[in-house]
Amino acid sequence: MELVLLILIPLVFAALIALRPAQESKFLAVIGTLLAAAVGVNALGRFDWGSPGAMQLEAAWAWLPALGLELSVGVDSVAMLLIALTLLLGPICVFCSFTAISQKERTYYAWLLVLQAAMTGVFCARDVVFFYTCFEFTLVPMYVLISLFGSTNRKAAATKFFLYTFTGSVITLAGLVYVGWYNATQLESVGIETAGRWTFDIGALEAAAQAMPANIQGWLLLAMMCGFAIKIPLFPVHTWLPLAHTEAPTAGSVVLAGVLLKLGTYGMFRFVLPFVPAAMIEFAPVIATLSIIGILYGGLICWVQTDVKKLVAYSSVAHLGFCILGLASLNTVGITGSVLYMINHGLSTGALFLLIGMVYERFHTRSMKELGGLAAHMPVWATFMVFFTMASVGLPGLNGFISEFMCLMGAFQAGDAWGSLPGGTGGSLGFWYALIAGLGMIVAAMYLLYMVGKVVWGPLVLPAGHHHPGHGAGHGGGHGHGHHDGHGHSHGPLPRDLCEREIFVLLPLAVLCLVLGLFPQPVIRALEPAVNRVVETIHLAGERPEKGHGVQASAPATGSAPEVMMVSSGHEGGGK
Amino acid sequence: MNEKLALLVPEIVTFLTTCLVMVIGLSPSLPVRRSCGLLSAGGLLLAAIFAVNGPAGDGMLPGMAPYAKALVALVGVLLVLLVAGTVDREEDARVLRGGVFDALRTNRAEFYAFLLFSLTGVMLCASATDLIWLFLALELTSLPTYVMVTMSTRGTRSQEAGVKYFFLGALGAAVFLYGFALIYGGTGSTKFVEIASSISENGLGPITLAGMVLAIIGVSFKIAAVPMHFYTADVYQGAASPVTAFLAFVPKTAGFLSLILLLSLVGWDHVGHASHGSHDATGHALPGSLRLVLWVMAAVTMTVGNVMAVVQSSPKRVLAYSSIAHSGYMLVGLLAGPGDAGATFAHNGLAAVLFYLAAYGVMNVGAFAVLAGLERRGRDGRPVEVDSFDDLRGLCATRPMLGWTLVISSLSLLGLPPLLGFFSKLPLFTAGIAAGEIVLVVVLGINSAIAAFYYLRFAGVALLEDPNNGPQPMSAPFPARAFSGFIAAVLVVALSVFGSGLMEASREAAQVPASGHNAPTPERHEPGPHADSGDRAETASMRIADRN
Repeated sequence: MELVLLILIPLVFAALIALRPAQESKFLAVIGTLLAAAVGVNALGRFDWGSPGAMQLEAAWAWLPALGLELSVGVDSVAMLLIALTLLLGPICVFCSFTAISQKERTYYAWLLVLQAAMTGVFCARDVVFFYTCFEFTLVPMYVLISLFGSTNRKAAATKFFLYTFTGSVITLAGLVYVGWYNATQLESVGIETAGRWTFDIGALEAAAQAMPANIQGWLLLAMMCGFAIKIPLFPVHTWLPLAHTEAPTAGSVVLAGVLLKLGTYGMFRFVLPFVPAAMIEFAPVIATLSIIGILYGGLICWVQTDVKKLVAYSSVAHLGFCILGLASLNTVGITGSVLYMINHGLSTGALFLLIGMVYERFHTRSMKELGGLAAHMPVWATFMVFFTMASVGLPGLNGFISEFMCLMGAFQAGDAWGSLPGGTGGSLGFWYALIAGLGMIVAAMYLLYMVGKVVWGPLVLPAGHHHPGHGAGHGGGHGHGHHDGHGHSHGPLPRDLCEREIFVLLPLAVLCLVLGLFPQPVIRALEPAVNRVVETIHLAGERPEKGHGVQASAPATGSAPEVMMVSSGHEGGGK
Repeated sequence: MNEKLALLVPEIVTFLTTCLVMVIGLSPSLPVRRSCGLLSAGGLLLAAIFAVNGPAGDGMLPGMAPYAKALVALVGVLLVLLVAGTVDREEDARVLRGGVFDALRTNRAEFYAFLLFSLTGVMLCASATDLIWLFLALELTSLPTYVMVTMSTRGTRSQEAGVKYFFLGALGAAVFLYGFALIYGGTGSTKFVEIASSISENGLGPITLAGMVLAIIGVSFKIAAVPMHFYTADVYQGAASPVTAFLAFVPKTAGFLSLILLLSLVGWDHVGHASHGSHDATGHALPGSLRLVLWVMAAVTMTVGNVMAVVQSSPKRVLAYSSIAHSGYMLVGLLAGPGDAGATFAHNGLAAVLFYLAAYGVMNVGAFAVLAGLERRGRDGRPVEVDSFDDLRGLCATRPMLGWTLVISSLSLLGLPPLLGFFSKLPLFTAGIAAGEIVLVVVLGINSAIAAFYYLRFAGVALLEDPNNGPQPMSAPFPARAFSGFIAAVLVVALSVFGSGLMEASREAAQVPASGHNAPTPERHEPGPHADSGDRAETASMRIADRN
């Protein structure tokens, strides 16, 4: 029931915002997101962390029974933590928009809340069509937010975003419907109890899909990846992302980086890995290779960016590459690391977008040519900027490091050559994959530190028209920046450095980055049972004697699940 | 004979209403004349009630007739609301100014009568049991629409559209009539039951096959499918928007009902094709050649429709091409066929088509109601139809009801979950996959994505752009049209939550009798099975009644 409330509360408040006068919309949005967060905390408490791998808090209602649909919800630890991330970012997105959004506030906050409801729905859906409905419905609010509140090129960006992701996910739907048909008609003899009736229940379809022959699984993998790869985005289909990010309003970027991209990786975790384990074993190298290309290519593109926001956007391509690499390693360390990375990336990159938005509100530019040495001008901002950059780079002790390391470790252990060594799990990746992906960490350090060096340190550069500080510019409390440029965004007066509200927005993220960096163990322990469920299916598929061609090529997994867990725990110890 | 008449009660009711409207529309009193619309709507509602409570048909798909008649009558009510004010505006204004009523200058009686005639034609299609009956019903559907197009506006464009529509329509009719003749030649009968038994006994001979293909191609004029789609954009644009809405739904429904009947003569239980490896060989498929024809038609129709819609600049032309595309989608369900005996809704392609027709009818009324509900003052001071995206800018802010109707209808036509359009496309996916047409389903998916491109434009223009404060002010002088759009939008939302009853009704409507035509026996005419099917229709009608 909590889960349904989590979806309903934002929707109800969105409706309220639409009906009430514009002056109240901020207030209602704050109440709505905080209320949802409170219910979320309650759900976190009710979730039985003793068996985090099992589906909990389940509830279901019939919905168009003629089509076999159900409005069914339920979460395991992975979904629960991602919902927590969504609920955390909800109020943050509202708070960070107070001054940035001054027109059409009702539209803005209402759609922001609808977006939150849709994202929560994706994570707790237990019915394929319900999942798909929420997955697709995120597009509408995001489309509105980008095309109404974005910067100059927003229309094109919004349209590209919508069409790109819509196209892919239609094919995903076709694939999932195929599984539904397979479950209903082709499985009489197999002994899966849910087989033989028309259903879209994820658990039932999972069992059905695993029973498919390998070549069909391959096609299904392709179909599902059409949607998820675009959403993530994986290397060749990432081109919508930088545009959408750059044009989106700050809160839009935060949600986009923080949660929307995770819908793709979550989809991979929830659907691709458990549905088509045999095909995953076969095609893991392909996906891993694409993710590594994404890591390096994304990183190198970041390096030549002058627009800070675009830089962070491309860095998402690189970071999500690690995430996919972890998933493609098909072992507990890698997948756990990947899920952890989803959360960590949401925190640190979300915060980076917030910081960039704060600078943009003050100077109306994001160009590194026009900004520099802001440490002298805005010391608090600079502190946060350096902190979150470090988290994003993967500095040990902050959250990025441990998850990135686990993803690489997973890839490393998933090699044939290392299968006999302790911790080796077999698989088709291995040393070279980990090594080349590891180069991505260096590239990441290069571009992020370069960006920080330029914008935070270095000689002070401010866009023309702004006071040079130090000569009695005073405590900037009163004078509002940014009216000069005719953008038409009249916003309330902002102080020179961050105001309390902005600090309040960043602080929880910073604390979480630190806590997750120092004590990731509880989270990892909570994630592992859920991940192990998936890993076990993959092992079973690997051991299955035949089923088509190609599967034999990959060696069966040697390490059993508990062993893997032990080893991964060992690494976290090192991470501390 | 009485049984036959009992079947035709909805048609008879509609016809009587038609006669009444023809007389009333010529009354010298303006209020009486103006009641034509209400009277037509009332007659249609009555016909719908008779249809859902009436007996099942005695044709190839006994459940289809009540479902289709109720569907046509109910969407017909929305269409009647939508055509309010299409004709006689100037005449009425003149009379109100004190002019003398001149029966020769008024068109209202003819217009509503033709509209009702056309709807009667569709209802007759649904209960056809004979090729000649089917031909007459199809022509009864189409002939009035030629006139309606021509008289819908006073401009020459409507006349051009009417002429174009008439000549191409005649060509289409000639083609399927030739097809019917060949079917008769190949099987020796015009009665559906006898044709079906002849085909199942002797197989599909070359002459019958040729007849089938010609009939399908001819009827594709009615559904605006490739290769008979060329008229669509011009005619849809030339006619007044309410009439365009009529054209996009009524002849299309007649066409699909006829195609379902024609294909049921051949049946979908021929040994399968090899497009899909794991599909068991007992397969349910049309004969290979017919399958190929329909496959190509479906794929090309939806692709042509969508791609052409993307490059249009006039909303009406966009909707015209998208109407072609929707026909292409529905052809997938037609190709998939009814599945196994007793197949669920998700496996029954014909049920998917019948449900899609209902959904498309509603969404289509919603979209056109917005175009029809607005008008602009032209340069010469006369009202001009809205036919550009600029006119729709910021509609949600200026006219929230029309604006949101447009947003909801267009997003639903796009197929965005959780709106009705998605839930009507999903059964096409499932039925297509169940029939092993994976490639076609992927084509369908890709086409839905192309469609997003132009439907998004409708929603985006209305929702996101700033209002258009051009020199020529917009007005929305037709409350009835706005109201019909509003009902359509409400239905779109309501049916995506509570549509299960309608889905079940369409599944029951699409049941091919269990005996199939493999062993068709004359006993089907006898009371036994008949009562049985009446029972089925009863449930179906209850479900339909639920919906209201």
